[in-house]
Amino acid sequence: MKPAAFDYYRPTTRREAIEQLVERGEDARIIAGGQSLMAVLNMRLSQPRVLIDISAVEELRYIERRDGYLAVGAATTQAELAEYAALADEVPLLAQMLPWIGHFQTRNRGTVCGSIAHADPSAELPLCLATLGGEVVLETKRGKPRRVTGDDFFQGILTTARRPYELITEVRFPLSKAGHRYRFQEVAMRHGDFAIVALAVDIGETEYRLGVGGVADRPVVRRIPRDVDLDDALNTLAWSLGAQDDIHASATYRRHLVREMGRRLMTEEIVQEETADVRPAR
Amino acid sequence: MYVRLDERYRVTLTLNGRERSAYAEPRTQLCDFLRHSLGATGTHVGCEHGVCGACTVMVDGRATRSCLMLAVQVEGRRVETIESLAKEGEMGDLQRAFREHHALQCGFCTAGILMSCHEFLGRVTDPSEAEVRDMLSGHLCRCTGYTGIVQAVLAVARARQNNRQEAP
Repeated sequence: MKPAAFDYYRPTTRREAIEQLVERGEDARIIAGGQSLMAVLNMRLSQPRVLIDISAVEELRYIERRDGYLAVGAATTQAELAEYAALADEVPLLAQMLPWIGHFQTRNRGTVCGSIAHADPSAELPLCLATLGGEVVLETKRGKPRRVTGDDFFQGILTTARRPYELITEVRFPLSKAGHRYRFQEVAMRHGDFAIVALAVDIGETEYRLGVGGVADRPVVRRIPRDVDLDDALNTLAWSLGAQDDIHASATYRRHLVREMGRRLMTEEIVQEETADVRPAR
Repeated sequence: MYVRLDERYRVTLTLNGRERSAYAEPRTQLCDFLRHSLGATGTHVGCEHGVCGACTVMVDGRATRSCLMLAVQVEGRRVETIESLAKEGEMGDLQRAFREHHALQCGFCTAGILMSCHEFLGRVTDPSEAEVRDMLSGHLCRCTGYTGIVQAVLAVARARQNNRQEAP
């Protein structure tokens, strides 16, 4: 289908984008890469009065290592982040996860912040942000930028803590911690399809931080001490997610995947090698 | 740049190396603009929501779904479509390999697949079969089962490598 009619605005500065957003409020939608939003517009599931295209706002196109975190600007594409040379050292979970987002043709345009703003419960980037305990930075016309943690930002299916007058200007991923290991794995019908279950884990010295995507209405993160019975903990987690049957998988299968993939991801070295073959390195 | 919903904006871009321009409404998708306004009908329109890959073109050198872009977004940019692969009426090496390896039957998906392969082989000169299949996961082909496509891409990669080695 074709989108309903809208005004199109392409500012070149963050200030212009925010001013227009404040003026138009809920009549406006921000478009960056458009790899989720354009499909929504084409199907007329959303019919904004004005589309504010921030892809030409050069001041929002950056990847910066700062004190303890990696900041990614709102115009930065997933492909640009994947090509950032130090990514595997600085945020290894992101480096592992990026090849699983859609396809390279959509990563070429899709942005990191856009995926987080869209908040699909099975999307990889929200899961990564929540698992690592990252932050979303929101700006409006007045006052200081507001920082919201991943846990608080995702509020349900395609629903976030962003207010209508706020622009997501950046997301912040904490840098990898010494002695920690990071792993990602997902099951989908086909590579690049939406995840039936996606898991991300930060393995620390005393605890696991396990994130689950694709099951609940948002990414769910649990801390599991390393000295508890892992099978018990995973079973409790699997049942706590409110898994539903749908055309892709049954609730039973989703719980099975959480338990089985969780145990492998958290305990076996072999997982990385098994997936190395299907994970595109470039 | 601000274009009202009932206005038409004159979009100027470089299409396959030539400067072109035509009018588009804000909501016009790039794929429709290429076909209807610029006459570049080699690009096919399939699902219109970014799943099938039939409409893939290159924008500033990167393979992109043209149904997930607006015509107004390519203002000032460089777009390449399937029409750019044949030089002076002669098919390019990728296109010839597709024919030799039976990498198409009905051909509806082929223009998009070729544009993805074109970017991919420019970046990855010695791909593995797994990498080729991963690259193709962004495309739906209902005729071939993909095997012929994979063989064609691998054959082109090998041939280009041999050519490079032979060159002084």
